[in-house]
Amino acid sequence: MTMQIADSVSLSSPEAKARAHAAAARNNLRTEPRAVRVTIISLAIAFLTVFVVMPLVLVFAQAFSKGIMAYITALAEPEALAAIKLTLLVAAISVTLNLVFGLVAAWAIAKFDFPGKTFLITLIDLPFSVSPVISGLVFVLLFGAQGYFRSWLRDHDIQILFAVPGIALATTFVTFPFVARALIPLMQEQGTQEEEAAISLGASGLQTFFRVTLPNIKWGVLYGVLLCNARAMGEFGAVSVVSGHIRGETNTMPLLVEILYDEYQFVAAFAIASLLAMLALITLVAKTVLERRLDGGEDRDH
Amino acid sequence: MTIEVKNLVKIFGSFKALDGVDLKVESGELLALLGPSGSGKTTLLRIIAGLDWPDAGEVSFNGEDALAQGARERHVGFVFQHYALFRHMSVFENVAFGLRVQPRAVRKDEATIRARVKELLDLVQLDWLADRYPSQLSGGQRQRIALARALAIEPRILLLDEPFGALDAKVRKELRKWLRSLHHEINVTSIFVTHDQEEALEVANRVVVMDKGRIEQIGSPDDVYETPATAFVHGFIGESIELPVQVEAGVVRLGDRPLRLAADGLAPGASKLFVRRHDMLVGPPGSGAFEGAVQHVRNCGPVQRAEVALSGGETIEIDAPRDRELRAGDTIGLNPRRYRIFAG
Repeated sequence: MTMQIADSVSLSSPEAKARAHAAAARNNLRTEPRAVRVTIISLAIAFLTVFVVMPLVLVFAQAFSKGIMAYITALAEPEALAAIKLTLLVAAISVTLNLVFGLVAAWAIAKFDFPGKTFLITLIDLPFSVSPVISGLVFVLLFGAQGYFRSWLRDHDIQILFAVPGIALATTFVTFPFVARALIPLMQEQGTQEEEAAISLGASGLQTFFRVTLPNIKWGVLYGVLLCNARAMGEFGAVSVVSGHIRGETNTMPLLVEILYDEYQFVAAFAIASLLAMLALITLVAKTVLERRLDGGEDRDH
Repeated sequence: MTIEVKNLVKIFGSFKALDGVDLKVESGELLALLGPSGSGKTTLLRIIAGLDWPDAGEVSFNGEDALAQGARERHVGFVFQHYALFRHMSVFENVAFGLRVQPRAVRKDEATIRARVKELLDLVQLDWLADRYPSQLSGGQRQRIALARALAIEPRILLLDEPFGALDAKVRKELRKWLRSLHHEINVTSIFVTHDQEEALEVANRVVVMDKGRIEQIGSPDDVYETPATAFVHGFIGESIELPVQVEAGVVRLGDRPLRLAADGLAPGASKLFVRRHDMLVGPPGSGAFEGAVQHVRNCGPVQRAEVALSGGETIEIDAPRDRELRAGDTIGLNPRRYRIFAG
């Protein structure tokens, strides 16, 4: 574009010449020829279409393939409603636990020096590096029929495996890095000076946390909670191991999708899947907004 | 409020940040802690504020043990090097913070708080910035807001960590004058940390020169400049020429050349001779204690700075008035108007 404009203006005045030179210089910065640029961009778009856009469209197409009524009926099934309710409950539990844990861990790591700090940071990342199936199996080993706590659990009549506590525990384990990971770099960058200032001005520990620390990290907290929630609702592997697949009781949405699909109930399977896909889309939009806020926050620091 | 520090020791890992510091600050003083980075001056300030704890030693305010109290109870105003303003609060709320977090029993009502913040913003001459956020202020403005915030709690002591360190030269000079007149007005015992000797000499009533966790000298700005107590102080304050000399039998030698300098009362052995650059007077060859050849001359404002190769082998820089022009290649005699010799 710039090239064409430069060509079309008369080069008589020195000003116009200068402008033409500037335009040419701008063009020269983009060294690749037009053909290369077009090829690279088309490749990227084609790849995204096949691997991301088409599956997403397909989920919704399949879900609505028998019309909107069939879609609503599928979602209104007691089994589906139970799965949605269970997923929301488990997500609420694990997000709450991980919010508290993440804040405490990030606070400890960013604001204090103590022996074993590096080890703790590595440990926080552990759930990211092990397969979710293993995470699930660990809880079977701990609480199962042959597990370490089996007699104590039996004596106190507590059911963990194949019940809500087990699913919540496995989900919490798998999602626990999210909040801490979002907060550690943010809090490390912000340092401890504002907290020190607050304390020297007479604020108590709690006042310092709620008036100074928390407002400074609120967008980071939201970001971590958002990603944690998305993963908690979508977790399959770990939950599959500990849930026992009791229909209407211990099936979360991802588990139900698999069961329905195996039973050739495609509309029902994709209807549930479409809810998860929508969750992903909402998460994506919210994530973009939050990332902008976080960047903006950084700009304001300096 | 007097501050007394006794035998303070602070160790970070294998690094001795403070190595037995004793200091007494009188009520209403404006004291400068001056030293190179790593000399322990900021650590000393933070311990007085209660933001760090010593490994040994005592800190007392008006004779009361201050180490028994946390930073929160000490009522010390602290101005951080990078201001540490609360970035999510307006200037007004920043200054009001210390008043709002007071225990309910002593907290003032909203109208009193507003009036007090207004008064402080007037004091630092920034009342028109009340609704801005810290990110919208210049460095000098942030500095003054940080000071207003620290003063809001009516501190018994005011501590400032490198108060002008992050500002450009012109703003720094203005703020220095301003800080001195402000101190005169509010008369709170104040300590500020600086690595800038000019700042310390210009602003403070008394200067504490520190190096490697120890106090080298305490004195008025005139004392530390005119009669430095140690070789370090002489080298650190003012631009000095440092020459390794030998003292034997009442004669000072540079290399194998005896200098025509009095050596009364000096211990024999290797010593260091210090002369301020502008105290080296230029004369004709053979007229002074030193002989040398001018290597290079540059004009620096009111003086000419000449590099002179002494006949003892050392090369020094001197500042000479510009009334008699020096040229590269000139052979000159040099006579120190004032000098000091330290053993070691």
